[in-house]
Amino acid sequence: MSQATANAKVRVMSGNEACAEAAIAAGCRFFAGYPITPSSEIAESLARLLPAIGGKFIQMEDEIAAMGAVIGASLAGAKAMTATSGPGFSLKQENIGFAVMAEVPCVVVDVQRGGPSTGLPTMPSQGDVMQARWGTHGDHPIIALCPRGVRETYDLTVRAFNLAERYRTPVILLMDEIVGHVNEKVSLPDRIQVVERGAPAEPPAEYLPYRVTPSDVPPMASFGTGYRYHVTGLAHDETGFPTNDPHKIEQLIERMHRKIERHLDDIVAVDEDFQSGARLGVFAYGSTARAAARAVREARERGTAVSFVSPTTIWPFPAEAVRRLAESVDRILVAELNRGQLTHEVEWAAAGRAEVTGLWRVNGEPIRPADILDRIEQEAS
Amino acid sequence: MSFHYEIRLSGEGGQGLVLAGKILAEAAAIYDGINATQSQSYGPEARGGASRSEVILSDGDIDFPKAQNLDLLLALTQESCDKYARDLKPGGLLLVDEDAVQNVPEGQFRVWRIPMIRLAREKLGRQIVANMIALGVITQAAGIVSEEAVRNAILARVPKGTEQINIEAFELGVSLAKEMAAQSQA
Repeated sequence: MSQATANAKVRVMSGNEACAEAAIAAGCRFFAGYPITPSSEIAESLARLLPAIGGKFIQMEDEIAAMGAVIGASLAGAKAMTATSGPGFSLKQENIGFAVMAEVPCVVVDVQRGGPSTGLPTMPSQGDVMQARWGTHGDHPIIALCPRGVRETYDLTVRAFNLAERYRTPVILLMDEIVGHVNEKVSLPDRIQVVERGAPAEPPAEYLPYRVTPSDVPPMASFGTGYRYHVTGLAHDETGFPTNDPHKIEQLIERMHRKIERHLDDIVAVDEDFQSGARLGVFAYGSTARAAARAVREARERGTAVSFVSPTTIWPFPAEAVRRLAESVDRILVAELNRGQLTHEVEWAAAGRAEVTGLWRVNGEPIRPADILDRIEQEAS
Repeated sequence: MSFHYEIRLSGEGGQGLVLAGKILAEAAAIYDGINATQSQSYGPEARGGASRSEVILSDGDIDFPKAQNLDLLLALTQESCDKYARDLKPGGLLLVDEDAVQNVPEGQFRVWRIPMIRLAREKLGRQIVANMIALGVITQAAGIVSEEAVRNAILARVPKGTEQINIEAFELGVSLAKEMAAQSQA
């Protein structure tokens, strides 16, 4: 037996606690939210951590107001976050659209539970995948990251803040109940890379808040630093004031998409584990990817060749990785806790190069390694 | 020797099963350097309703954090015993509360009947520490995490002023498990 002395670097923590601590490490100094299972421990942790370092924690009257407060805080220069689950994520959608249109960096955490409506508060789901993409109306780009475990929740929370600041956009951290509530042994990094918001180089009188720049990301001025400008959800020109000029509208909307689409190499992260001779590929993300990883390992131990693709960025969709997978196998099995929300995206990206089939579950139970292993053996035979 | 050991603590909300699971995982990971995960499943109720907490202990990576083939099942209610006994692997250990679980299902597992809830009430004066008695039995029965590590983890986690009763309950559980092991060998 060991001496049983505490290893100070090792901790047992949940995904929700890791998210809260990572937010602080990434520079988050403002949280507004409304508690909801299974995300509440994020708010609970930040209610304790933020005031202690001079940050602000506000429990708002509802999720709509919480999203509004986050946008306001970000415009005033704070790195800001909110956290919720399905029903609350629905309420936030209108203001998420505002943040996209006004190009306000922020992080929105959705710890997915079973839906629709209040659904299954304490049970896991991946049913908000399409809501993360299209929950707010209109043609808009979005970034959504999907962690598979506690340590990855820490890393992706930091990454969510960095991407939000770099591209002036809301970033959705799409967790699930398993990842949020599981306690795992982790050691957190001593140093992380943090992206800070740039300031405009020009004086306030010359500042154009939505100027078209070579990077497509206009420098953002914080309110309270002498810069005044108009912020609106209406289509606007470079000054930020509303416009109906088709040329200026197109310039805005196209730039908003381009700033994300030009940087897929930086934004899209996906683990590709191809095995030569594999005729079957497995695609899974979030907590389901943990079950898939085990099933893939066991299938290989039994002598079945199988490739495995597991993204941590789900929006923009990792279409290139799926195309590479589809070119190397005959069939792709997509395992997810919904009725095929990403299966259809995989099918679109595979474009007939491989047959796509789904293993879906919507009853509140997780997909287990044995379920996936059974399907792998069925599909591979 | 490589190991992967799965434990499920099951019963009702309010019995402290999530806390007991978390303490065991912390003892393993922080004090004994063993890889551990702890997860839970419960209903929307604050008290009552089915509750379960799972701990996986391994010397390797734990790719899936939910239990599939139980080495040890604790059942503090008849309902949880009926529901989960079938998840025990052959040769696994079913630990039941002797008073709460009257009908023990047939299966290829060992059964330990211990009146943990009654002993908590009668010997320690607080029914609520039945979870710490169970933790003592489980620690001894599993033989993976050291007693000292669990004691340290209990002290780090329980409310101030309750350390002594929790440690006493844990130690009672350890000695009960030693008696059970001796009986089954006799």
